[in-house]
Amino acid sequence: MAKTDNPDFAIDVRGVTKKFGTRTVVNDIAMQVRSGEIYGFLGPNGSGKTTFLRMLCGLLTPDGGEGSCLGLDFRSQSAEIKKRVGYMTQKFSFYEDLSIQENLDFIARLYEVPQRKAAVEKSLERLGMVERRKQLAGSLSGGWKQRLALAACLIHEPQLLLLDEPTAGVDPKARREFWEEIHQLAAGGLTVLITTHYMDEASRCHRLAYIAYGNLLARGTVDEVVKAGGLTTWEVSGDNLAALADKIRALPGVEQVVAFGTTLHVSGRNAEKLRTSIAPFQTGAHRWTQIESGLEDVFISLMDSAKDNFS
Amino acid sequence: MNKIAFNFHRFLAVVIKEFIQMRRDRMTFAMMVGVPLIQLTLFGFAINSNPKHLPTAVYAADNSPFSRTIVWSLRNSSYFDITREAHSEAEIKTLLAENKVQFAVTVPVDFSRKLLRGEKPQLLLEADATDPSAVGFAMSAINTLALTVVNRDLTGPLAKLRASPQPFTVVTHQHYNPESISQYNIVPGLMGVILTMTMVMFTGLAITRERESGTMENLLSTPVHPGEVIMGKIVPYIMVGYIQVFLILLAAKFLFDVPIVGSVPLLLGLAFLFIVAHLTVGITFSTIAQNQRQAMQMGMFFFLPNILLSGYMFPFRGMPQWAQSIGECLPLTHFLRIVRGILLKGNGLAECAPDLWPIALFLAVMLTLGITRYRQTLD
Repeated sequence: MAKTDNPDFAIDVRGVTKKFGTRTVVNDIAMQVRSGEIYGFLGPNGSGKTTFLRMLCGLLTPDGGEGSCLGLDFRSQSAEIKKRVGYMTQKFSFYEDLSIQENLDFIARLYEVPQRKAAVEKSLERLGMVERRKQLAGSLSGGWKQRLALAACLIHEPQLLLLDEPTAGVDPKARREFWEEIHQLAAGGLTVLITTHYMDEASRCHRLAYIAYGNLLARGTVDEVVKAGGLTTWEVSGDNLAALADKIRALPGVEQVVAFGTTLHVSGRNAEKLRTSIAPFQTGAHRWTQIESGLEDVFISLMDSAKDNFS
Repeated sequence: MNKIAFNFHRFLAVVIKEFIQMRRDRMTFAMMVGVPLIQLTLFGFAINSNPKHLPTAVYAADNSPFSRTIVWSLRNSSYFDITREAHSEAEIKTLLAENKVQFAVTVPVDFSRKLLRGEKPQLLLEADATDPSAVGFAMSAINTLALTVVNRDLTGPLAKLRASPQPFTVVTHQHYNPESISQYNIVPGLMGVILTMTMVMFTGLAITRERESGTMENLLSTPVHPGEVIMGKIVPYIMVGYIQVFLILLAAKFLFDVPIVGSVPLLLGLAFLFIVAHLTVGITFSTIAQNQRQAMQMGMFFFLPNILLSGYMFPFRGMPQWAQSIGECLPLTHFLRIVRGILLKGNGLAECAPDLWPIALFLAVMLTLGITRYRQTLD
């Protein structure tokens, strides 16, 4: 067994690496997720999030790394891990030509759920699909498909839930309900590792990790990540913001100029340089206020600097 | 008028896109070149509807110069290859039943004596006529052949025998299908052909469909074992296979009046191996194919030599040695012999055994291949 196995951690892995051919998709990543925690896993498309999740649940064989998942060696005991993990794929991956009940029943059988019929019944009730149990999964709307997928992942009462962009393409109300449920489950002791692109969802996680080009760039609570980003951001309001944006974009120290409706966010990592550059524009026409950097600003900054380092 | 006119540039756009996609899909590309090449080779070189050099057994009860001449003349003809010397009528029966020979020639005990007395003795030619097209030409050849040769021996005082229109007669017995009804051969054979085609397709699509629709990822993330998936996908189709077998047997009996001489339960039992063998071929294909279309194409590739080289469409013995060797590797070839053997000849397990082990071997190879190729991960 790996050396620093702490029972407090549901996931405790380091040096996780995966190569496809010569391309390193996941590069030497360490991750520690406490039991009962909702852990957000963020990063741009193609950054290796899905690959990392797949390695955790034994769908892909890692090329390097060690550690434990639910107290089991994540490389040699993947068969045992599978029994205790619920994995929800990015794309709906249940049988569209089976009914809701048949899908749940099939998954319950694969996990050898004790008192299967009762478990399926309970799951249908929690889903609110008792009357629609005979409906084919393929005819469900995106939001309902997502709920069915979550219910199916939970039917064997896993200790760890791996969710790969579960709310992509789901409307705001359904998303909110989904998160309510995730928080309830976590309160009940379930550990959740969730990938997302939505900043509002990121801020609903207990802790975060940010990955780009296969490398882990930041991790911690939202505040810690923002602080570690070391970004200074100014908000500008006034007229002709588009013209202003064009003028200041190329100035030294200005790394991001982003339009937010009627305001402009100007940020950079070097606070002094930024202040000097924008000084000539702090005239009466525009109102400048220094604000807290947002998570999104930090992530985009991280991604840009990562591109310089790794590509 | 809200009608879009034909535009050459848009048309060209579609053509270009098709070409790009065609080039990307290597499987289709292989089909485009491979199918004509295979067809050309098989039809051009392997298939022969006038089979010659058919294995023949000779039972020369009358060891006289005449019978030796007849044997010699058969040996020199292009139709008959004397491969066995039989020593009794019973032995001839067995050789025909076990498909060891296509023909058996019996020279009766008192052949030469009767010949010399001008009593017109009978020369007996027995044929395994389960496939009428395999024996037709040879049957008509023997009459003229035997006569011209024997006439040469009738010299001197015996020359007067030549004058008579026929010094002896050739009696032919077409066993198993005396009326040369091709349905007797085709309909039982169809059982093997239909099973070959459908069984490979069913399982071939079963796993690729899971992969294409993304359900495979889900399935692999559960504790399910590869053996459970493969077996679970094979078993339902065994039932489908048996439904097809029953349908064909019913049609054979009531629609085509095919004689069912042997034991149906024996046939059903042996069909099990054949069905499972092809379901495993499908599983193996679906572990190689990227998508359902490729699995279908691989099924087609597999089906082509099966239908042409198994002896279903064309007489097996009409093919050159290399084609027969390929044919011997195909389970359909052996299953056809089993089905025809049981239904038409009334063969039992002992006579079927020589064709049973190749199917079992094929199944074992395919099963190993399928299981080793089935990936428990998405790597």
